[in-house]
Formats: sequence, structure tokens, C-alpha cells
Amino acid sequence: MRSRIRRVLALTIKELLALLRDPASRAVLIGPPLIQLLVFGYAATFELKHVPFVVYNQDQGQLSREFIARFAGSPTFDLLHVVHDQHALEQAIDDKSVLMAMDIGPTFTSDMERGKPTHVQLILDGRDSNTAGLATGYAQSIVTTFNEAQIAASGASPPSTVLIDRAWFNPNLDSKWFIVPGICGILMLLVSLLTTGLSVAREREMGTFDQLLVTPINPTEILLGKAIPGFLVGILEGSFIVLATIFWFHVPFTGSLLGLYLGFLCFLLATVGIGLMISSLAVTQQQGLLGVFLFMVPAIVLSGFSTPIANMPKIVQDITLVDPLRYFLIILRGSFLEGGSAAMFWPQYWPLIVIGAISMVVASKLFRSRLG
Amino acid sequence: MNAIVVDHLSKSFGKGAERRDALKGISLQLAAGSMTAIIGPDGAGKTTLLRLLAGILTPLAGDIRVLDHAIPQEALALQNQIGYMPQRFGLYEDLTVEENLDLFASLHSIPGTMREDRFDELLTMTALGPFRKRLAGKLSGGMKQKLGLACTLIHSPQLLLLDEASVGVDPISRRELWSIIQQQVASRNVTVLLSTAYMNEAERCDHVVLLQEGEILAQGNPAQLAAPLQGHAFVLGDISTAPRSLQASVSQLPDVIDTVIQGDGLRIVMDKPEPPVLPEKLAGYGTPKPVPTRLEDAFVSLLFHRVGRHSITHRLPRDTPGDDAPVVVVKDLYRYFGQFAAAKNVSFSVHKGEIFGLLGANGAGKSTTFRMLCGLLPSSSGTLRVAGVDLRTATAEARAHIGYVSQKFALYGPLSVQQNLSFFASAYGLEGRRRNDRIAWALDEMELKQYSGMNAGSLPLGYKQRLALACALMHEPEILFLDEPTSGVDPLARREFWARVNALAGDGTTCLVTTHFMEEAEYCDHLVLMSLGEILAQGTPTEIKARVRRPELPNPSMEDAFISLIEEHEEVSRRAS
Repeated sequence: MRSRIRRVLALTIKELLALLRDPASRAVLIGPPLIQLLVFGYAATFELKHVPFVVYNQDQGQLSREFIARFAGSPTFDLLHVVHDQHALEQAIDDKSVLMAMDIGPTFTSDMERGKPTHVQLILDGRDSNTAGLATGYAQSIVTTFNEAQIAASGASPPSTVLIDRAWFNPNLDSKWFIVPGICGILMLLVSLLTTGLSVAREREMGTFDQLLVTPINPTEILLGKAIPGFLVGILEGSFIVLATIFWFHVPFTGSLLGLYLGFLCFLLATVGIGLMISSLAVTQQQGLLGVFLFMVPAIVLSGFSTPIANMPKIVQDITLVDPLRYFLIILRGSFLEGGSAAMFWPQYWPLIVIGAISMVVASKLFRSRLG
Repeated sequence: MNAIVVDHLSKSFGKGAERRDALKGISLQLAAGSMTAIIGPDGAGKTTLLRLLAGILTPLAGDIRVLDHAIPQEALALQNQIGYMPQRFGLYEDLTVEENLDLFASLHSIPGTMREDRFDELLTMTALGPFRKRLAGKLSGGMKQKLGLACTLIHSPQLLLLDEASVGVDPISRRELWSIIQQQVASRNVTVLLSTAYMNEAERCDHVVLLQEGEILAQGNPAQLAAPLQGHAFVLGDISTAPRSLQASVSQLPDVIDTVIQGDGLRIVMDKPEPPVLPEKLAGYGTPKPVPTRLEDAFVSLLFHRVGRHSITHRLPRDTPGDDAPVVVVKDLYRYFGQFAAAKNVSFSVHKGEIFGLLGANGAGKSTTFRMLCGLLPSSSGTLRVAGVDLRTATAEARAHIGYVSQKFALYGPLSVQQNLSFFASAYGLEGRRRNDRIAWALDEMELKQYSGMNAGSLPLGYKQRLALACALMHEPEILFLDEPTSGVDPLARREFWARVNALAGDGTTCLVTTHFMEEAEYCDHLVLMSLGEILAQGTPTEIKARVRRPELPNPSMEDAFISLIEEHEEVSRRAS
């Protein structure tokens, strides 16, 4: 037993040295995570800002100008210019110079002053359905405040039911708070898959694998020697991103560290197991890399990182149950925003442990059968 | 007219402290229609020179003119007149033989109408005709090399640049490669410049350039180069009773530059034109008789004066092992890959302290057999016992008794020498004092101390080989497996390596070795010659050579024996099928 531990330790040290001393693999561990953190942290946002729009204002009155000013003055919309016929309005949408066009009828001010309901036509570029939907929402809320102001000014009684919304956990609905903790999961997935998924193939290509197999090291020890570095690198990388999330992106950490790190371990158990499965199947590093990305892309899409799982068709929702990232994202977001504790995350821990255990067993079976 | 003129050519790689000069102002002139060989140790600059001539690299200083064009400025204009074959020719393994040829023909814009004739000619020449539709990846090593040469020749170049075209290729394929090249020179007046590790290949060229650390140490025709050593070479009588200890003792005598076991005799090269003075105890072996010198003597002598004697044997190896129980027993061994029998009915046994050689053409089944012996590949049927342990049932236990040096010197490139040694020491379960002792032994015995902090990946090839050997010997195994351990290594490093192996065998370590160098087969106590998955001859080198002795071939070399036995066998099996 003692000699076993020594051998696994030697393998682990060798693996870490090989990772850290080789400039190329060092760069893979440090470069892409850093770049992705910045790209995702700054570029990926659900908030709309500076949406360009045009106005075709057929009304001559004061109120229409006030109405337009409310849009132009909001941080969400930027008035690109005012057009003077229907055709120019259509053209602006067609050539994608604006996302939204506003058509105000000639009777806008007079209708309003007479207390009659009036219409404003809003044309949105449906080719980008997601942004168009969001823009409609923002526009709706501007119209609502405009209406309330008009009612108050005219001295009429305010509407009886008023909706007052408050977002819990993320009071300003800052999408960074939602996205950046998620990146931690994606990057840990990437790094742990890359370190474990390619390592056996790399040794096969270099010829060192045969050299390992003629030593008294047995296949289980080799697998352990490959798994442990995956854990260590994953935990280090994860910790780094958590620190960056708190101190760089100023996302509050409200949960317990214990709960988060238990989550790290369970998640890495699953991803390292899957990495080793890829590793035992891939003969070349190229195959390994292909395997890693074949797994990673669907894992991210199905995780609920950007689109809610609840919106997916039932059958796809069922598939997400085997996606380790799905559970880990709940742990991450829970730890940052919900004040989650280890006890609260148990429903997430156990599926990860099950996925990890199954993939480890399969990896070791595959590995042994590959060795003949 | 000169096909190649090189004037004060220099090239270096890297910057600052990392800077390494690959060529230091060399000058050369090669006549059109001549064959020139570049020889020299690893890292001498052979590949750099060929790549510069091919216009792939830009020189640091100096002029190159190839076929009256300045290189690299006019390299494009010359592309269709130069055929360059790099060490690892880029065949597309997923294309068939014909598709590969087609691709290279397209790259050189050879019109479709001319292709068929050209392909037929090349395929006949390389004897690859029957394999037209076979994937290049499924060819044997020798066939791949021939196909590579065919692709290089597809546009009928006027100048052939061949970088170690025959490395890792068995003697039969090597001979075929040579006849193709010589045919090009004879029929089309092609100029050939090739680098090689085989002295007998260099000997067949018109001109030989000896390169060492980026400088030309000597050049001239082979006879000229060997001339200064005329009268320096001797052969000492029948030493078959104690070849290794005798070789070791003689190599320690004053003025001895080189000793090589050759058949039953010991070939000795002296620093002076006088025979060695043998001490009393060696008197029984007769007097050394003078023999003609050869190119290799000149090479070894020049390097000897340049880099000094290699100091290998600290102790004298013992000789012929006793008749103990065999340590490796192979009986009726079979291995199938699908329907194909890679090894059939293989039986032999190896005794303690023997150096046991496994020879065969590429694809003869020796690697398969070797991998089964190391426990890397399970056998289909048969008995395999290594160090008294049945490999079929107790692979793990057997592993503690064996060391393995693979063809490519499989080491962890990013790890330092010291870290590689520590890792393998732990892998073999060494600990405490013994572990430290063995690592110190390795650094000391293999003279790796000065490199201990260097990454294994950046070691010179000869040192990589030493490190690989040290790693395999960490646990002092009873049996050492060496898979083509000297492939691509220069003659001096090869001698040094064999001196170590001899010493190991003398200490009782059994060594099993595969090799393509026929002269190395002479170092073995016992040989097995394989062809098409079967053993066709086994015995001592002398016995095997005796099998092909005929009136017209009274003193066959190992290469003669190898070629004629294998050709005979292939002929018989072809007729049988």
C-alpha cells in the first residue's frame, strides 16, 4: 500500500512538472482562462445599452417631442436621426443601421390633450429576436412612466393597481452577477478536461506510455496519477477565478466557502472522470482534443449558463440531468448570490458524485481493455 | 561543372545565451553527376546544411549556388530541379500509394498525360507496383521510405538531397533504396548529396564530407580519407572464447583508437602504423595481422583526436555465461492481428548474461515478439516465461525484473534529467538510501552530471540514449530490453553504448536487443533471424554466417547472411503460397 502511494505520488509530481515546465502547456493553463474571463466578464452581457433608433414624427405638438426625449435620454436608446417619410424609416431597419424605428402619428399631441388613447408604432428588427424582445421590454417601461407622468400632470386619478418590482439576490439585475460565477464553472470544466483528456494520448505519442507500462506501476495507479493533477489544477484555477470574481468584478460572495469547495470537489470528480474516459479512448492528442470539445460545447449549452433549462423542451431537460455543469452552476450562483451552504447544495452534490463515480469506473474499464 | 558551390556558409539558431552555431563558415564544391555523403555525429549540422541547400532555411552568412542559381534568392526557380527528402518524409498515410504519387505529381504540375508512364517507371523501380492501392500508412517502414523516394523523384530532379534516407530501414530495403539512387546517377547524371549514419554507404560515394560541430573536419574521396591510416588496422586471431573481455582489455592498451568484434576476430585500429603490443596473458590469441583500412577507421580516428577517448569501461566485463537455467523462455508463441499472423511458432530461450539479438526486415515480427516479451502486448497462444515468471499470468511481477529502452528513447521532455531519474526511481519503487544511490550511480556512470538540470527534450541524442538506459536500469533489472537502441546515433556514441551493454552483460544482466546495424549483430552471443513472422535461423553470429558460406562467398559478412537468408525464405514462402 505504501509503495502504491509512493508511485501515485511520483506520477502526480511528474505530471505537474510536465505541465508547468513545458511553456506550451503552461500557456494553455494560464492564457485561455484569463482571456475567457475577460471576454465573458466584459463582453457577455444581457443588458441593452445604446440601442440605435430612428423616429418618423408626423406630429407637430409638444408632447411627441417630450415622448421622444424620454427615449433619447435613456441609457438604453440612442436617437440616430429623425426621418421624414415612411420609406426612410423602412430603409433604416433594412440596412441594419438601427434596431428600432418609431412612427408617431399626426394626431399624437391632440389625442393626448383630449384625453383620448393614441397609438405609437414601434418597428423592431426581428432578425435579432433576442435583442428585439429585450428592447420592447425597455420601451414598454419608458411608455409606462411617460403615461404616469401625463396622468399626474393632468391631475387625473392615478391607476388603482401599480406594479412595484424588486429583484432579490441581484437588486440591480446586473447581468455580470449572473454570468461571471458561471464562467468559473466553464473554465474549470475546460482546464480539468484538457489536463486529463490529453495526457494519456500525449504519452502515447511520445512513446513514454510504453515506458510506464513496463514499470511495476499498474493501470489504476496511472489513472490516479492522471486524475490528481486534474483535481489540483482545477481547484487552483477555480480559486483564482473566484477571487477575480469577487475582487475584480465585485460580485458579492454571500455563501459559505465550505459549500463552494465541496462543490469544486464533486464537480471535478465528474469532469476528471469524463476527461479520463476521453483519454482512454483517444490514441492521438488530436482525437483527445476533439473529444474534449465534443463534450464541452453541448455541456455548456445544456448547463443553463445562458439559456434557462426550464425553457428547454422536456426531452432536452432530461438530457441536462447528466450534465455536471448544470449542477455546478447552481452551486456557484447559489454560493455567490443566495448565501448557499453545504447543506443546501446536497441535491447538487449527489448527482455530481454519481456522474463522477460512473465515469471513473467506465474510464478504468476502458483503460484496462485498451491495454489488452 | 559544379552542381553545388558553398562558400563560407554559416547558420545559427536561437538568440542571446541560447544561440547555437549549427554551421561555422563551411565551403564545399560538388561536381555535377557525383554522389556525396555527409557523415558526422548528431548535431554536427548535417540536416541544417541539406535544408539550406534546399532553400528552406536562410543562411546567416556566406553564399550558396545550386545548379547555377543563388540560394535562397532564386529557390523558387529551382524547385523543379531539386528533390529534397527530409528525415521523416511527409507521406499522407490515409492516401494510397498511387494517390500519394498523384498528389506530388500535381504539386510539381506534371501533366496528366505524362503521369502514367512516370508512375509505372517509379513503381517498377521501387517494386511497389503490387501495392498501388494500398494505404501508405499500411506499408512497412522500408516500403514507406521507398515511396518517399519515389515521390521525391517524381519530377525527375537534377539534384537529390537525401537526409538519412536509410535510417531505421532493414538491410534489404536499404540495398533497394541504394540501387534506385545509383540508377538515377548512372542513367540521368543526377547529382546526389546525402547524409548517412552507415559508413559502408558513405564508402560507396565519390566524395565524403565529415562534419563535426558545424565544421568540416575532412573531405575527399573515401580512399583518400582512409589513406593516412594505411597500416594502422589489424585483426587479432580467433577470440570467440572470450570476445568481450578481450575487446575490453585490448581497448585499454596504449595507442589503440578503436576495437570492433568482427566474426571470430577483433579488429583493432592503432594511432601509429604499428601493431599493438599484447600483454603476456593475451599471448594465446596469436599476433595481430594487418588488414586494409576503411572509411570508418578514418572517421573514428579523426573524432578520436578531436573529442578524445571515450572512457567507458571502468571494469572488465566477464565473458560467456554459464549454462544456468534460461531466464527467458519462448515456446510456440503466436500472435494474430485479425487474420494476420504477426508471429508464428516462435521458440527460443535466452540464458543469463547473454546478449541476445533479434534481427529481421521491417515488418518481420520482431517488434511484435519484443513487445510480447516486455508484457506490452498479450500473446495469442504459446508459452512466455521471463525471469521464471509466466507473462500470461503475472505480468506485473515480471515487470520488476525487466528494463526497457524504447526506440525513440521515451523520456519526459519537459522534465530535467534529474527529474526523469527521480520519477523512474519512484516508478520502480526505490526508496531511501537505495534510491539516492541509484540516482547518483546513474548521473555518475552515464556521465550525465553536467546535464542534470537540463530538460531531457533538449539533450543531444547520444545523451538522451544514455538517460533512457539509466532510467531502464534504475532498479537493476535482470533482463534489459533494447529496441533499436542505436538508431540514428553516430558511430562513436554507438561504440560507447555497446561498451556499456557489454559491461552490463558481463555483470550478469541479460540483454535482448533488436537492431538494423548488422555489425552490431556481431556483438551478440546469440541471434534470432526473423522473416514474415517466423524464425528462420538462430545461433551464434558465426553459425549464422556459416549457413551462407559458399565457394564464391568464402567470408560472408553478417549483412550478406541476413540478405541471402531472408531472400531465400521469402522466395520459398512465395512459392508455397
